[in-house]
Amino acid sequence: MDIVINLLVSVMAASTPLLLAATGELVVEKVAVLNLGVEGMMLMGAIAGFAVAHETGSLPLALLAAIFAGMALSLLFAFLTLTLQANQTATGLALTIFGRGFSALVGAGYVGISAPTLPHIHIPVLSDIPVLGQILFSYDPLIYLALALLAFVAWFLSKTHAGLIMRAIGDQHDAAHVLGYKVIRIRYLAVLFGGAMAGLAGAYMSLAYTPLWAQDMIAGRGWVALALVTFAAWRPFWLLIGAWLFGAMMYLSLYVQGLGVPVPSAFLSAVPYIGTVVVLVLISRDSRRIRLHRPAMLGRAFQAGN
Amino acid sequence: MQRRSFGQMIGAGAAISALPSLARQAQAADPLKVGFIYLGPVGDFGWTYQHDGARKEAVAKYGDAIKTTIVENVPEGPDSEKVIADLANSGHKLIFTTSFGYMNYTLNVAKRFPGVFFEHATGYKRAANVSTYNIRFYQARYVQGVIAGKLSKSGVAGYVGSIPVPEVVQGMNAFLLGMQSINPKATLKFIMVNSWYDPPKEADATKALIDQGCDIITQHTDSPAPLQAAASRGIKGFGQSTDMAKFADTTQLTASVDLWGPYYIKRIGDVLAGTWKSTDTWGGFDSGLLGMSPFTNMPADVAALAASTEADIKSGKNKVFVGPLVDQAGASKLAAGAVMDDGALSGMQWLVQGIQGKLG
Repeated sequence: MDIVINLLVSVMAASTPLLLAATGELVVEKVAVLNLGVEGMMLMGAIAGFAVAHETGSLPLALLAAIFAGMALSLLFAFLTLTLQANQTATGLALTIFGRGFSALVGAGYVGISAPTLPHIHIPVLSDIPVLGQILFSYDPLIYLALALLAFVAWFLSKTHAGLIMRAIGDQHDAAHVLGYKVIRIRYLAVLFGGAMAGLAGAYMSLAYTPLWAQDMIAGRGWVALALVTFAAWRPFWLLIGAWLFGAMMYLSLYVQGLGVPVPSAFLSAVPYIGTVVVLVLISRDSRRIRLHRPAMLGRAFQAGN
Repeated sequence: MQRRSFGQMIGAGAAISALPSLARQAQAADPLKVGFIYLGPVGDFGWTYQHDGARKEAVAKYGDAIKTTIVENVPEGPDSEKVIADLANSGHKLIFTTSFGYMNYTLNVAKRFPGVFFEHATGYKRAANVSTYNIRFYQARYVQGVIAGKLSKSGVAGYVGSIPVPEVVQGMNAFLLGMQSINPKATLKFIMVNSWYDPPKEADATKALIDQGCDIITQHTDSPAPLQAAASRGIKGFGQSTDMAKFADTTQLTASVDLWGPYYIKRIGDVLAGTWKSTDTWGGFDSGLLGMSPFTNMPADVAALAASTEADIKSGKNKVFVGPLVDQAGASKLAAGAVMDDGALSGMQWLVQGIQGKLG
């Protein structure tokens, strides 16, 4: 039983940064903007959060700094693609490259030092329930925040008027514009939200997952988050499943090695990527459903008056 | 000291042409220019950190007589050849390439620059102007194993490995031999993370080992992440390359400490004196290249045993790899009483009985 509990705890931690970043990107893509800069924004969030935690010792400040760092980078993206109408794919890629380099530069002085770690919560009574307490009430606060934010986004997009407007902009921005909705302004807000979430996801890596800063420590998680959004066909519930699945595979590929399974470790390192792609392709192979959920204007520029 | 990052020298379309002018600044006293190629950042608090600390010792010793240049974050691939050649081109007369993967590239450059001396860490290929140097890390691993044998309740230890090269294999074997010298039934589980420095993955591997019943952790990767992960689960562990106590002061039992300083000072001195020769150095406790940080978080009798084990290895009384040695399949690898020679040791690719898992 302990093994199962420990596994669950480890998998929850591994999936949380993916979930945070993917939830942000989901909102961005729902208004039909494709921001490939998630990895770069996560790295900026990771170093900003770590640096502020180290300098001030305050975790709330550190998380705020991470959110602002992600938002700052996403604002740059929004300005280039929404205001100046630059190509979204190229700009997003540039954002990731910039974020990698800039975070390494800023982080040069923060390698090999420690900072305060996000503590795990302890709710009296509830956390002490055997098994259930450990499975449900023993994580760090960001894990709960990630789940709450995903639920909020799911509700907001499907049940509120504002969510309806966002989906309308994603599917038919010209019509939304004619109806009087501020397409560019709403896209700006969505992109900023995506940046904030990516920044938070980065901070999760440098403050909770491994309380350290290391160059390129996001190690491709930003790309996985992007892929999850597409493979989940823009549906929040499947995003959650995908994040858990990938987190589980990432952890299990190491776990299996410890059991002495005679498979080359290099192959096991690739398993999470292969496995997640295969499973998500299987659950989303219904192309009609993808067309139904895919924001029709995804990646296309909008200019008022066109 | 000049500090460059690998990205500055090689990065996406970076202007490499700017470099020679940087490096050819005239020096009044014409100091000896010494170059260092590093695998990680100098602040990794592990492997590269220790190399850079040793470089600083040499600078403190020779002062204005030498001028050092470092290049950090150089991947172990073809690009490293350009970086090494750049240093040779820009007047560096002695170049230390501090990771195994630079071996062939160091030799290629050495062929083109016969007047430059090269020092390659942990490799096995030499030339008239290429020396190799390494530390018998396995000696410290054995001491760790003895401590683990005393402290582990489950008798199962976990080894966070990097890549299954002989150095890591020696480490695993020596650790378990040390542990079995106390508890003959002890076993070792390992996970290779396929990297020398990947903190999140190192942490995950540590958790996975603990989840499988390992109650003491040692690492052959360079970040303090395994110690931090062990600390979060209330498990003790060992630091790697350098004293990592400041990351986990109630968790680290001791750390193997790489002490390259005496070697760097000697080799730079040889070049200054004009007596440099191609050599092969593989030093352990007795050479001063390997040390251990204080034995902490353990009962006094265990610390005393660890200290005496270290002393025995240092004096040569304990040779670590002494027969009878039996591999996982039960085949004899070394007859009773025999001592493994350096040739067999440096090519070690088999695991002693009691290690669970296969070399991938």
